[in-house]
Amino acid sequence: MTQYADNITAEIVAEHGITEDEYQIILDRLGRAPNMVELGIFSVMWSEHCSYKSSRAHLGKFPVTGEKVIQGPGENAGVIDIGDGQAAIFKMESHNHPSYIEPYQGAATGVGGILRDVFTMGARPVALMNALRFGAPDHEKTTHLVSGVVAGIGGYGNCVGVPTVGGETNFHEGYNGNILVNAMAVGLADTDKIFYARGAEPGQPIVYVGSKTGRDGIHGATMASAEFDDESEEKRPTVQVGDPFVEKKLIEACLELMATDAIAAIQDMGAAGLTSSSVEMADKGGVGIKLNMDAVPQREVNMTTYEMMLSESQERMLVIMKPGREDVAKAIFEKWELDVAVIGETTDSGRMVLEHKGEIVCDIPIAPLADDAPKYHRPYFAPEVRAQISGKDVAQPLHMGEVLKTLMGSPNMASKAWIYRQYDRHVMADTAASSEDPSDAALVRVHGTNKALAITTDCTPRYCSADPFEGGKQAVAEAWRNITATGADPIAITDCLNFGNPEREEIMGQFVGCVEGMAMACKALDFPVVSGNVSLYNETNGQAIPPTPAVGAVGLLPDMDKRMGYGCLSDGHILLVVGKTVGAMGASLYLKEIEGREDGGAPMVDLAAEKANGDFVRGQIRAGRLTACHDLSDGGLMCAAADMALASGTGIKLAHEAETDVPMHGFLFGEDQARYLVAAKKDDAIALIQDAKAEDIPLQVVGLAGGTSVSVNGAHAVKIDDLRAVHEGWMPALMTPIAEGAE
Amino acid sequence: MKSAVIVFPGSNCDRDAHDAIARVTGENPAMVWHQETELPDGTEFVMIPGGFSYGDYLRCGAMASRSSIMPAVIAHAATGAPVLGVCNGFQILTESGLLPGSLMRNAGLTFVCERTPLSVTNGNTRFTSRYQAETDLIIPIAHHDGNYFADADTLDRMDGEGQVVFRYGQNPNGSARDIAGIVNEQGNVLGMMPHPERAIDAKHGGTDGLALFESLLGSA
Repeated sequence: MTQYADNITAEIVAEHGITEDEYQIILDRLGRAPNMVELGIFSVMWSEHCSYKSSRAHLGKFPVTGEKVIQGPGENAGVIDIGDGQAAIFKMESHNHPSYIEPYQGAATGVGGILRDVFTMGARPVALMNALRFGAPDHEKTTHLVSGVVAGIGGYGNCVGVPTVGGETNFHEGYNGNILVNAMAVGLADTDKIFYARGAEPGQPIVYVGSKTGRDGIHGATMASAEFDDESEEKRPTVQVGDPFVEKKLIEACLELMATDAIAAIQDMGAAGLTSSSVEMADKGGVGIKLNMDAVPQREVNMTTYEMMLSESQERMLVIMKPGREDVAKAIFEKWELDVAVIGETTDSGRMVLEHKGEIVCDIPIAPLADDAPKYHRPYFAPEVRAQISGKDVAQPLHMGEVLKTLMGSPNMASKAWIYRQYDRHVMADTAASSEDPSDAALVRVHGTNKALAITTDCTPRYCSADPFEGGKQAVAEAWRNITATGADPIAITDCLNFGNPEREEIMGQFVGCVEGMAMACKALDFPVVSGNVSLYNETNGQAIPPTPAVGAVGLLPDMDKRMGYGCLSDGHILLVVGKTVGAMGASLYLKEIEGREDGGAPMVDLAAEKANGDFVRGQIRAGRLTACHDLSDGGLMCAAADMALASGTGIKLAHEAETDVPMHGFLFGEDQARYLVAAKKDDAIALIQDAKAEDIPLQVVGLAGGTSVSVNGAHAVKIDDLRAVHEGWMPALMTPIAEGAE
Repeated sequence: MKSAVIVFPGSNCDRDAHDAIARVTGENPAMVWHQETELPDGTEFVMIPGGFSYGDYLRCGAMASRSSIMPAVIAHAATGAPVLGVCNGFQILTESGLLPGSLMRNAGLTFVCERTPLSVTNGNTRFTSRYQAETDLIIPIAHHDGNYFADADTLDRMDGEGQVVFRYGQNPNGSARDIAGIVNEQGNVLGMMPHPERAIDAKHGGTDGLALFESLLGSA
């Protein structure tokens, strides 16, 4: 018969998300039944969110090392070398479940959490990015969720004073019941001033800094590890509340403390709060911990150990100090008017011992919490391969200009100015390109230098639904391409893998397919994964989201004077496409918006071509040959041309050769990968063509800049002003009921 | 020119202000913590930077305006020396009574960040002498509470005395008479919502803010 401690039943164990098998492991490791505090601690540490129990078996497939990698996955964030003794530190993380339940606070605390992951390592955060997916625009909750999430991201990032420089926003009915809010932070540090969670030794004081601990967010990590149902609204109390003012003070105070050489190890209190931060530092340092719960700064009276250990109150950090240096921390945190308290010490017992009101309320070994977390090899099957669809399989539309208007005004292509206008994109005065600028990646100058970080987030869930493996490849390849199109060298990625319930074989198949596709692309493009996050159980009443492995990528532009964008097109510039066009239309934006279907296979990503074409384009940018460069993605050539025309205020005359076997709509709207639309002055274009020939790079002249319209073969014209109206009009029209009374 | 930048908890444009001043004047400004009660000896120019002092709790700028350092800033302004408040700094100046009127929530109720067209409506102040009057500038704004309000008599008086220094080309926040920046009657205290310190480099944000700092240097 299963053994339970007083007041604990099988139901209580189940409510903690612990299976019967997992409970048996706990009994075995403890040699007795856990009490309530211990059960709570196991439940959060072994939750999907903290333990990656369904995903770990596959994450090992990613390449995680490289010449520029200083720290790969396993720490708070990834670290890459950007030269001159400096490092970029970055990570992306999901805050999906809380953002659906309470959009403002869910999104705001998502930003706060990812910032802490970065400054915990000693970096000053310099940029924020995000990847958002909402349900169908006409779904009853969508505008409410959009306005709340956007206000939350802005409310936090603006106040903290870190620019939100870019991101992507999609709408699809597959997210009606589960939106995705993925936030990414990038910071800068000196390579000899990076701080880790490892490094603790026995006999060191454990110092708690930041906000007081309250009862908010208890079991947030467990919530994020379960599906939603009709009662999910009742989970509102598990959502945390953020205070960006405290976070700003915490950043400055931590960076001040880090300048003193008094820290042995440091970890932010994120998911599973005090539990996970203390266990992770103890585990990585190979030490035990003893905490005096009476010393924990508390916001409310009569808090139990269970509540304090499981609270996810925001803006808190745990620091293991070098002995005798506690006063250094005290002076700094008191100056910044933040709580600071010594709450315990590291030991050599290998155990986590908690004492509250004179009693030992928890005494468990550390190792099983961190290392013996269950690791599941969940069964899966690969989805059926869908047939490719080419232009020849799709009816030819009458007027390409009208199609272009529809696509440019469609939810996924339309301008997101309504969103990014609410984000401070310029604070810190180093933003060289953000959402408003015609640049495929955001560019943030490395302060005081002439170098810049190029940052992008990408994923095309349509492709991942059609073919997880090719979709996974494409997400990585598009990020690499976007960085390349600015002239920068792509260096490494972080990821945020958003999927449904992994206990379903079909969903697990999507996960494995995407991970394997991403891994293959990362290897081929020398683009390692240095940090990441997995968010599973994004489903409601059995309806899963489309597979969405969001990629956040960072590159380095060595010389800001050679940056490239797509807003400097002038009359007479020649337009060319680098890369091969065959007109793949499966799972394309065209099919979705014009024919109302999402079938067909995803476009195939030829990684060798991706690498060769990208390296060629980057070389041409550095040689000063191009006047504009834009990657080809959603909506194909004609949408990319429209982006250039809108940004430059110059029209484009495209030319389609009738005798090719790619029909006109496949040529204009096909989404073949590994392609760029570039522009060059006549003499440069000639040199470009010669170079391409010499290097065996496919290159095709596709048009000429000039006029005030985008047209094809002298017909199918649409005026730039008309394109601008539909492109910029869609989102304000959607949000008008919300913004009532505005301006 | 000896300068000082006041730093409150929650200030987040203090580094940008520092760098802009250092770039134009060639001298690093002193960074003055809000708990100080005196400005460094010989301070000529004081800048109150943007951000969210005290988290914008209570009312933007209200708590900062009661901070320990503010009596020294007010006394400094009374000597006729230049004081510039940008964004949250402007809010602190109105809250502390150094400038008339107040800044309310944007008419659209959302935070607005954009590169805003501005015109210089008075090129004869010590902050604007290097601009041509009626010059059009592009300087970024980023705020939630930049909707300038004062009663009609005050607005008329400020218009008459040339106290309105910058106006928006396309009013982004509902400000009375498109006001983006004003000076006090003596002309030595300027408050403005746009961020000139974010417009001092062609590679990011343009250079339209440079002349403001150059004007100050020229007047010192």
